[in-house]
Amino acid sequence: MRMARFTPRFWVSAVVFALVVAFAVLGPIVFGANPGKDVGGLYDPPSSTSWLGTDDLGHDVFTNLMLGTRTSLIIGLVAGLVATLIGVVVGLLAGYHGGMVEEALMGVTNVALAIPAIVVLILLSVAIDFRSIVAMAVVIAITSWPWTARAVRAQASSVRTREHLDVARLSGARTFDILIWDVLPYLMSYICMAFVLQVSGAILAEAGLSLLGLGPSGSVSLGIMLNWALVGESLLNGAWWAFLPPTILLTLIAFALLMLQSSLDEVFNPRLRRGRRERGAAAGAGAGAAVSLVTSGTVAAETLDVGAAQEPVPEPGAGERTVGSGPDRTSERSGSA
Amino acid sequence: MRLRKYLVGKSLWYLGALLVALVLNFLLPRLVPGNPVDAIVAQLGRSGTQADSLQRIHEHYVKEFGLDQSMVGQFFTYLGNLAHFDLGTSFAQYPAHVDGLISQALPWTIGLQLPAILIGWLVGNALGALAAFKGGWFDRGAFLSSLFLSSMPYYCLAILLLYLCAVALPLLPPGGGYEPGSSPELSVTFMVDVMRHYWLPFLSLVLIFVGGQAVGMRSMAIYELNSDYVNYGRGLGLSDKRIVRYIFRNAMLPQVTGLALSIGTLVGGALITEIVFSYPGIGSLLFSAIGQNDYPVIQAITLIILVAVLLSNFLVEIAYGFVDPRIRASQAGER
Repeated sequence: MRMARFTPRFWVSAVVFALVVAFAVLGPIVFGANPGKDVGGLYDPPSSTSWLGTDDLGHDVFTNLMLGTRTSLIIGLVAGLVATLIGVVVGLLAGYHGGMVEEALMGVTNVALAIPAIVVLILLSVAIDFRSIVAMAVVIAITSWPWTARAVRAQASSVRTREHLDVARLSGARTFDILIWDVLPYLMSYICMAFVLQVSGAILAEAGLSLLGLGPSGSVSLGIMLNWALVGESLLNGAWWAFLPPTILLTLIAFALLMLQSSLDEVFNPRLRRGRRERGAAAGAGAGAAVSLVTSGTVAAETLDVGAAQEPVPEPGAGERTVGSGPDRTSERSGSA
Repeated sequence: MRLRKYLVGKSLWYLGALLVALVLNFLLPRLVPGNPVDAIVAQLGRSGTQADSLQRIHEHYVKEFGLDQSMVGQFFTYLGNLAHFDLGTSFAQYPAHVDGLISQALPWTIGLQLPAILIGWLVGNALGALAAFKGGWFDRGAFLSSLFLSSMPYYCLAILLLYLCAVALPLLPPGGGYEPGSSPELSVTFMVDVMRHYWLPFLSLVLIFVGGQAVGMRSMAIYELNSDYVNYGRGLGLSDKRIVRYIFRNAMLPQVTGLALSIGTLVGGALITEIVFSYPGIGSLLFSAIGQNDYPVIQAITLIILVAVLLSNFLVEIAYGFVDPRIRASQAGER
C-alpha cells in the first residue's frame, strides 16, 4: 500500500536519474573506457569506431561522456553530502539549543548566505593549485550549506517544543541522543529533499566553474567537456557531437533531480497530499471566479471546471519554495555561473 | 523606535558581511601557492620582453599588490585604494588599469541583462498569473514548459540556441557584440549591427527567466486564491474584481523582492552566457583573466559582484522593514 503513494512523476524522474547513474557507473565497464587516447582526428563525425565522434584533440566523445558524467555525479554526491551534513549539524544545534548558540550560528549562516556563492567559488578555485575531484566537491559544499542550515533550524525549533522531548529530557537522556533519536527523525524527509537539491545544485555549480576554466584538474566532467567544446570552437564548426551530449545530460540530470525533489515532497508530506484535493478544488473555484472577471461576465461553464487540481500545488513556506529557493536562486543564476 | 532598531541591526549585519567578504576577496588570491607576480613576470620573460622593462614591471606589480608590506598593511592599502575606486593594474594587459577594462565591459553586461530581467519578469508574471487563473490545458502546458525552462541550466539553453539559430540555420551572427571589423561608435549602422548580435544572448537569458518567474507566480497565485481572506471576502460579498486585486497584491510582493534581488545578481548572474556568445562583457573579461592568471582583474570582478549582491539584499530588507511591520517586529527580537 505504501508504494501506491509514489506519483508517476516520482517514478519517471527516478528512472531517468537511475539511467544516468547506470550510464556513468556501468558504461565504462560494459563499453570499456580508455581516456585520453587518440582515436581519430579533429572533430571526426560519429562513426562505428567512435559512436559520438571525436573532440578537438581527437579523443572519443562517448568515452569522455561516460567518465565525465561519472565525475559530475561524484562531485554532486560528495558536495551534496558534505553540504547537507554541515547544514544539518549547524541547523540542529541552533534550532534545538536556542539562545546564544542559535544567535551565533545563525549569524554566521546569514553572513555566509549574504556573500554570493559564485564569488567564493571563483576565488577558492583560483586559489587552490591542484583541484582534485574531492577538493572541488568540498569547495562547492563550503558555499552551499547555509540554506540547508537555515531550513533545518526552522524545522528543529518547531520540533523542540513537542511533549515527547520533555519526556526524554526528564528521563535524563543526553542532548546528543535526543538530537539523534528524537529530533532528527522528524526532519529526515526534509533533509532528504534538501539533499537532492544540493546534489543537483553542486552538479550545476561544477559545470559552471568548469566552463569558466576552473574545473577539476586532470580529469573530465560534463562542464569540462563543454569548456573544451567552446574553446575548440566546435559550435562554429557545427561539430554538434562535441557539445550536444554533455548539454543534454546536464539538462536531464537537473530536470530529473528537481522533479524528484518535488514528488518526494508529496510522498513525505501527507498533509500536502490530502490538502491538495481540497485546496485544488478551492483553487478551481477561485480561478473560475477570476476567469469570469477576465472574460467580463460571460462565464462559460467549462472555465469553472478548472484543472488546477490536477497539478500539485507547491505550498509556499512549506514545500518547494523553502527548500527550492536557496539553491535555485543562487546556483541557477549565479552559483553555477 | 522599533524601526530604528531594525535599521541599525540590519546595517550592522550587512557591514559585517561586507567586511568578511572584503577579507575573503583580499586573502584568497594571496593564498595562491607561489607568488602570482613572479609567475606572471616569468611568463612575460618567456615571451621575450626586455630584461630592464621586466624589472620595472616586476617592481610595479610588487608595489601594486603591496607585496613589500606586511599582510595587515597590505589589507589597509587595499581598502584605501578601493575607497578611491583604484582597482590596480592588470597583469596580463600591462599597463592597462583594471578600472578601464571593467568600465569597458560593464555596459555590455548591463545592457544585455537588465532588459532580459525586466522583460522576463513582466512576461513571466503575466504568464504565471494567467495559468493559475485559467487552469486546464493552458495551465498544464505553460506550467510544464516553464518548469522545464527554469530547471534547465542557462548555459545549456545558450549553447542549444547558438547552435540552432546561428550554425544549423544561419539566421543570426554566432557571437561577439558587433561585427569584428567595426569599432564602437554612435551610428545607425553600428546600432543595427549591435542589435543583430544582441538577439541570441538576450533570448537565452529571457526564456530562462520567464520560466522561473512563471513557476513562482503561478504557485503564489494558486496559494492566494484559496487562502482564508479570499473565502472571507467572498463571504462578505466583495466583488470578484476587488478580491482579484487583493490576490494580485499579495502574490506580487515576493515577486517584487525577486526582481530586486535578480537585479542585484545581474553582474554575476549569467557570466557564461557571454562566454558562449563571446559577448564583450564582464563574463568574457573574467574568462580571459582566469586563463591568464590575471589576479587583479579576477579580484575586481568578484568585488563588483559581491558589492552589488550585498547592496541589493540590504535595500530589499530595508524596504521590507518599512513596508511590513511584522517583519520589523520579529527581526528586532520581539517574537
